[in-house]
Amino acid sequence: MTAATQEALPITIRGVTKTYGAVHALDNVDLDVRQGEFLTLLGPSGSGKTTLLMVLAGFTRPDQGSLRFGDDEVIRKPPHLRNLGMVFQSYALFPHMTVAGNVGYPLRLRRLAKAELTERVERALDTVQLGGFGERRIDQLSGGQKQRVALARAIVFEPRILLMDEPLSALDKKLRDRMQIELRHLHEQLGMTTVYVTHDQREALTMSDRIAVINHGRLMQLDDPQHIYDRPANRFVADFIGDSAFLPVERQGEAVLYDGQPLSLSEAPPHGQDLVLMVRPERLHLLNGGEGGDFNRLTGRVSDIVYQGDSYLLVADLGNDREVSLRGVVRRDTLAALPAVGGPVTLGLSPSDTALIVDAP
Amino acid sequence: MSTGTTATSGPIGAAALGDNNAEGLKADARRERLRLAGLCSPAAILVLVLLVIPVGWLFYVSFIGADGQFSLENYERMIERKSYARIFQTTFEVSLLTTALCILIGYPLAYFMSQLPSRIANLCLITVLLPFWTSLLVRTYAWLVLLQKRGLVNTWAMDLGLWDEPIKIVHNMTGTLIDMVHIMLPFLILPVYGSMKAIDKDYLKAAANLGAGPTRAFWTVFFPLSAPGLFAGSLIVFVLCLGFFVTPAVLGGGKVIMVSMKIASNIELFVNWGAASALGVVLLLMTVAILWIAARFVRLDQLAGQGH
Repeated sequence: MTAATQEALPITIRGVTKTYGAVHALDNVDLDVRQGEFLTLLGPSGSGKTTLLMVLAGFTRPDQGSLRFGDDEVIRKPPHLRNLGMVFQSYALFPHMTVAGNVGYPLRLRRLAKAELTERVERALDTVQLGGFGERRIDQLSGGQKQRVALARAIVFEPRILLMDEPLSALDKKLRDRMQIELRHLHEQLGMTTVYVTHDQREALTMSDRIAVINHGRLMQLDDPQHIYDRPANRFVADFIGDSAFLPVERQGEAVLYDGQPLSLSEAPPHGQDLVLMVRPERLHLLNGGEGGDFNRLTGRVSDIVYQGDSYLLVADLGNDREVSLRGVVRRDTLAALPAVGGPVTLGLSPSDTALIVDAP
Repeated sequence: MSTGTTATSGPIGAAALGDNNAEGLKADARRERLRLAGLCSPAAILVLVLLVIPVGWLFYVSFIGADGQFSLENYERMIERKSYARIFQTTFEVSLLTTALCILIGYPLAYFMSQLPSRIANLCLITVLLPFWTSLLVRTYAWLVLLQKRGLVNTWAMDLGLWDEPIKIVHNMTGTLIDMVHIMLPFLILPVYGSMKAIDKDYLKAAANLGAGPTRAFWTVFFPLSAPGLFAGSLIVFVLCLGFFVTPAVLGGGKVIMVSMKIASNIELFVNWGAASALGVVLLLMTVAILWIAARFVRLDQLAGQGH
C-alpha cells in the first residue's frame, strides 16, 4: 500500500461557508491539510467540525467556497466520485453482507477481477488484524471488530485521503486508548492524508500531527498538539483543551503584573491589552518556603483536597473569588506532606510554564 | 437483613436472621407466573372457543359424505371436476396479480414517503390508512358506482377524449383487481415503509462514499435492506387475497369465481356443508403451507412491519 503514500493528496479549503437559517455552521473557513498528515478537527458539539467533514466527503453542500484535493476543484463533485475513504461514527457496515462482502464492496464497484479482489480484501483485513474474519456476519462482531472492518473497508481501495468521524466514540475507554495508538501506527504505515473529527481533546492530542480547533463554525487555532496545549491562541482554546484556571493580570509596557507583582516570563507576552494568566493544574508546584528559583508565587488557603487514585487535586482559594487547582502524583510520601485543608499554601509556577493568553472568546 | 425488603406482604422482620429467603423468592416467582397466566386466559379461551373448535368441526364435517357416513367424496369431487381446478387457478391468479400490482404501486410510494420529513410522511401515512377505516362493502360499491358503464371514470375519460366508447372496467377481472389493490395497498405499504424507515441513512452515505452512484447504491444497499419488509408485505397481501369474497362477488360480474365464492354457493345453493368444508380445509392448508414455506425465508414475527 505504499502507492498511497506517494499519492497522498493535500486538501485546500478556502472560504467555505454553510448556514442553516441564521446559524453559521461554517463561517468562511480557510484550512490547509498537508500531504500525508494526520489532522484532527477538534471542537465541542455543534462547533461545525462534523459539518466541515461532511463538506469534505460531499454529503453537505456548502453555500460557497472552494475545496481542492491536490489540484482538483471538487466542491461540486458528488460524493461517489470523490474517491475518499471514510470511517463513519456508526461504522455504517452493511448488515446484509459479510465482513468480506463489506470490505470488497468498493472493489466490486470498481470492477476488480475476482482474484485481485479477494487478495486485496484479505490484505486489508490483515492490516487491521482481522485476518480470517471474512466470512463472519456483521452482527457477530464486537464493537472494536466493527471499527476495524469499517477501517479496512475505507482503506481497501487505496484512497488518497481518509476521513474519520469520531470513529472511537462508541468504544469503551481501554479499547479506545489502544485503538488510538493503532490508528496512529496505521496512518504512519499507509501515509494517507487523514482528517479526523473528535470532541475528545486527549484523543486529538494523542493522535494528531496538527489539530484544528473549531468553534462556532470558525477556525480558532491550527497548530501541533504541544503548541495547542502550551500556547493556546485564545481563551476558548485554553479552556477547551485541558483543565485550566484563569487569573487576571495587568499589562504595563513589556511587564505584566499579577497582584501588583511583575511576573517572570521566559518569552515576550503576546500583543494586546486583554491578557489573562493560564494556570494548568499539573504545572503548579507546591512550595514549602525553602525553594529558591524564580517561581511566580501564588498564595492562598487550601479549600479542598481530592484523592483520585493516580493523582490528587489540591484546590487553593487565592481570595477575591480566584481559585486554582494543583494536580500532584500520588506516592507514598506525597499525600502525607500535603498541607491541611484550611491551612495556608504557596504555589509556584516556573517562568516557562507561565502562559499569558489573549482573553478573547 | 434489618433493612431488607421483599415483594411479599408478609412481615419483613419475621424472617430469622441468616434465612436466605429461598422459599419466599420461589413463591414470588410462582405467583408472578400464575398472574401472567391469569391475564392471558381470556384470550386463550376465546381462541379455543371461536377458532380451534370451529376449525376442528370444519375438518370433521369435510369428511362426512351425503349419506352421513365417513367418506372422502368431498375431496374426490374436487379432483374429479375441472371447475374446481379452474376456481383454484382463478384464486391464485387474482391473488398473484393483486400482489404484483400492490408491489408496483406500493413500493415506490413507500420509498417516497420514507424520504419525506417525518411530519409530512405521517400525513401521507394517514392518507394511506384512510381506506382502512371505511367498510369494505362501502368501498366496493363505491368502486362499482365509479367504474360502471356511465360512471364517473368512463364519462370523464370520454369528456377528456381519452376513449370514445365506454369501456368495460367492472363486472370483470379489471374491476376486481382495481378494488382489491385499493384494499390491499396499506397491508403492503406499512411493512415496506417500516423496513425502509429502519434503514440507517449512513448506509447510503457509506455506499456513495465507497463509489456507488445513486442507482448502484439503491440496488446494492437500499433494496436488499428493504426486501424483508417487501417480502412480508407481499405475503400478507397474497394470503389475504386467497380468502377474498365480497370484491370478486360484487365487481367480478360472475366471471371471477374464487374459492370463497364457491364455498358460499355450495351452502346457499346446494346446502352441501361437506363440500363447503372440504374447500375451506384445502384453502386453509394451502395458506398454512405458503406461510410455512415463507417462514423459511423470513421471520414471521416481522410481518408486523418492524425491524429489518
